[in-house]
Amino acid sequence: MTKTKFELKMGPATREAFGKALAELGRENKDVVVCDADLSKSTYTAAFAKEFPDRFFSCGIAEANMVGIGAGLASSGKIAFVSSFSCFVMNKGFEQLRVTSAFPQVPLKVVGTHSGISIGEDGPSQMSIEDIALACSLPGFAVIDPCDEVAMKALVKAAAYHPGPVFLRAGRAKAAIVHAPDQEFEIGKSIELIPGSDVTVIAHGLLVAEAIRASEALDAEGISVRVIDMHTVKPLDADAIEIAARETGAIVVAEEHLVDGGLGVRVAQAASQSYPCVMEFVGINNYAESGTPEGLLDKYGLVARDVIAAIRRVLPRKRG
Amino acid sequence: MATMTQTRSLVELQAIAKTIRRHIIEMTGAAKSGHPGGSLSAVEILVSLYFGGHLRHDPRNPQWKDRDRFILSKGHACPVLYAVMAESGYTPVDQLTTLRKMGSLYQGHPDRRFIPSLEASTGSLGQGLSLALGMGLAARLDRSPSKTFVVLGDGEIQEGQIWEAAMFGAYHKTDNVCAIVDNNRIQLDGFVKDIMAVEPLADKWQAFGWSVIEVDGHSLEELDKAFEQFRSTEGKPTAVIAHTVKGKGVSFMENNPKWHGTAPNAEETAAALKELAG
Repeated sequence: MTKTKFELKMGPATREAFGKALAELGRENKDVVVCDADLSKSTYTAAFAKEFPDRFFSCGIAEANMVGIGAGLASSGKIAFVSSFSCFVMNKGFEQLRVTSAFPQVPLKVVGTHSGISIGEDGPSQMSIEDIALACSLPGFAVIDPCDEVAMKALVKAAAYHPGPVFLRAGRAKAAIVHAPDQEFEIGKSIELIPGSDVTVIAHGLLVAEAIRASEALDAEGISVRVIDMHTVKPLDADAIEIAARETGAIVVAEEHLVDGGLGVRVAQAASQSYPCVMEFVGINNYAESGTPEGLLDKYGLVARDVIAAIRRVLPRKRG
Repeated sequence: MATMTQTRSLVELQAIAKTIRRHIIEMTGAAKSGHPGGSLSAVEILVSLYFGGHLRHDPRNPQWKDRDRFILSKGHACPVLYAVMAESGYTPVDQLTTLRKMGSLYQGHPDRRFIPSLEASTGSLGQGLSLALGMGLAARLDRSPSKTFVVLGDGEIQEGQIWEAAMFGAYHKTDNVCAIVDNNRIQLDGFVKDIMAVEPLADKWQAFGWSVIEVDGHSLEELDKAFEQFRSTEGKPTAVIAHTVKGKGVSFMENNPKWHGTAPNAEETAAALKELAG
């Protein structure tokens, strides 16, 4: 793999890409149905609702029931998506996800938008910093966080035809375009974006672009940083982690999620079972506050600067 | 059409109900745990559906797409469902007394991983109505004649999700869904009125926009009429408020909160079976 300079042009938010992909999916397959809990303008399911009113079910502000409705639809053979802000569908609907989707193996598709702290001004009650941890604790769920429009478009379709239940995470803030338009995606298969030999940064969501920026900045200093887009947090691409550990001897995991229960602990678990190496973690440790998305990501330590700092912490600890 | 709708006389249905009650006692007696009271109160409701021709189903073809669906939302009452499904031919009758034992088909609460012909895994209260409404929407999209029946406990409807679902059902005019409230007036800790009153039940469901029918939940004739009325009701879902007696059919279990979640011991099992003989 040759190094290419990333342009990182700003693209739409992944929630917007989700809405567009969902409407396309609706055109392609009439078994696709969608439920939303009074947030369709924000989750962008409104486009599907407008085009397919018969297959869109407004649930009102009642996420627990929405999950049950979706599970009932899925039990009867529909490709059922339920969508809301991630914090609401995952926290208020968690027990329903457990009993009516995970436990009976009903292939419900759950899409949580407004994940992380980059939603900005609305503040912590609307921010979702625990959703990956919650979704990963549901046996059988695939947990996916696409980093840009290209990834979201492909992974919405992959989620729809995945035989099991899926949690798909989307963000409110605009997301830089990371992937080439023809990039292929497979659930559970990570993508190496930049080759590197000194350290590997594994990221999901918005932090993938930050990892790229960090890698390019350190390249000038002669530090070779591999960057992996781990779009699927579960099932984890354990092979890519083992190879990264063997070949680079150090891993930094970067994510817009609580460090506790996030991708980082899952990568550490996988590495400990294959090829233990030194690690550092870039993530969230507590509830944030209101502010601009850029301001919050900066204040709470989720930008390239923080990835670079983590790399500088981990490199001296590498074993001879 | 491959329906298994059979015409059985009232006497035949009453005999089946008695058989189901004996199974419930034998199952919980053998398990030494379980929920006999709320199983016994729902016997006529399930017998009317499964054997009285109101649930269009085919035990030889459980995945028949246009079948009617049945969900026991009050999953702890699964002995009645297991007994009815076994007597219908879905699962073996001779294994009923393995209830709650490791590896048994007959898990402590309904589990689709063990019995794939169950429409839902239940046991965490308050969730079956949402599932039923989702299935109703799917049937409507598919232009299928399939109806969905769901049995709720009167204690269970203290769960808020039930009322989220009640709003949803009326708003989406899900007239192919019938909820039956097994109104046996008792929950684990005591009488419903003393734990968290749910009356006036009929008024509540009416106010939420449902077609409401009140019946004696042990009268097969009244259940018959209610289910027929449900089939001819358009534009709104139906709630059948079935007034029942917890522990019905076993004198010492009737109307006593103790039998919500206590199994009969050997002597009690023998005494109950004596009452249910014939």
